[in-house]
Amino acid sequence: MTVGQDIFRAAVLDPAAMAPAGLVDPQGRPAGKRFDVYRNNVAVSLTEALGQAFPIIRKLVGQTNFQILAGTFLRVHPPKDPLVALYGDDMPAFLEGFESTRNLPYLPDMARLECAMRRSYHAADSIPADLNGLGAMDPAQLMATHLTLSPATRLIRSKWPIHGIWRANTEKDAPKVQMSADDVLITRPDYDPQPILLPPGGGAFIAQLRTEPLGSAFEAAQADAPDFDLTTTLGLLIAGNAIAHVA
Amino acid sequence: MSNTMKTLAVAGAVAAALTAHTTTTAQAAGKEKCYGVSLAGANDCAAGPGTTCAGTSTVDYQGNAWTLVDAGTCTEIELPAMADGTAREGSLEELGRDLPA
Repeated sequence: MTVGQDIFRAAVLDPAAMAPAGLVDPQGRPAGKRFDVYRNNVAVSLTEALGQAFPIIRKLVGQTNFQILAGTFLRVHPPKDPLVALYGDDMPAFLEGFESTRNLPYLPDMARLECAMRRSYHAADSIPADLNGLGAMDPAQLMATHLTLSPATRLIRSKWPIHGIWRANTEKDAPKVQMSADDVLITRPDYDPQPILLPPGGGAFIAQLRTEPLGSAFEAAQADAPDFDLTTTLGLLIAGNAIAHVA
Repeated sequence: MSNTMKTLAVAGAVAAALTAHTTTTAQAAGKEKCYGVSLAGANDCAAGPGTTCAGTSTVDYQGNAWTLVDAGTCTEIELPAMADGTAREGSLEELGRDLPA
């Protein structure tokens, strides 16, 4: 007798389920205990993977709570892809509806930041654009220029101080977290992604760059924050090797 | 802000950002891999689970784990001396010391 994949999978993801009928050991006896070990290893290894993927979430809720959180998550959102390095993309949406962490309303955005850091790490390499042409451009032409960002560049906009919380949990002498709405730019200038806090309007500017030319993106940023500082924002993109193409 | 003003503001900001960039490139180009200065599990790697390098250095100051440091500072980073009193130094090559058992 054989066991179908659907039945096996359902039993692996339900800790209360009996071992599927038909699973036997070499002597032909029901292999319930062996199945329990297998099921436990699946849950433990995915919990470990989630802990490595979301070190800050784990720190914020504590190891014990994280294990409960991960145990619930992995049964609702088992991996859809064989690459465990990218497992957990559904975590932000899952946390939005997770009753036990309602008292930490910034948690979904922290998960978004951690997902984006990992996605940035694994994104394709790209050669930064030669920007010398920008300086020589006629101002009107400059306003109509499109900047394409590198695959490793990510933008996370939050109404919570996610950059402050990130620093407080990764740096030794980080400043105390103050309430703020943080727009975080992730760039990958060398080997590792860096989360950078954007100045006011910077998030609106970079969000617009995806579809709009420099001039319209600048206007949108000014509408978002009248004191928008384009020099600083562009400087962060340039220093992060984030501009891949100028057209 | 009138359109002319906006155009001038953007042109000025781009020029300023490009000038500032020239100085930062010089610094970025000076990064080098420095072996043997990372604390256990704190070597530079953000690959996440399932990869071979995420926090894989298991011994403090492991000789074959590296961290990006400013060029020229690699061998100057202050490290505690080894158990036998020999001074530790960072190296631009992989080191044979402090390897995990």
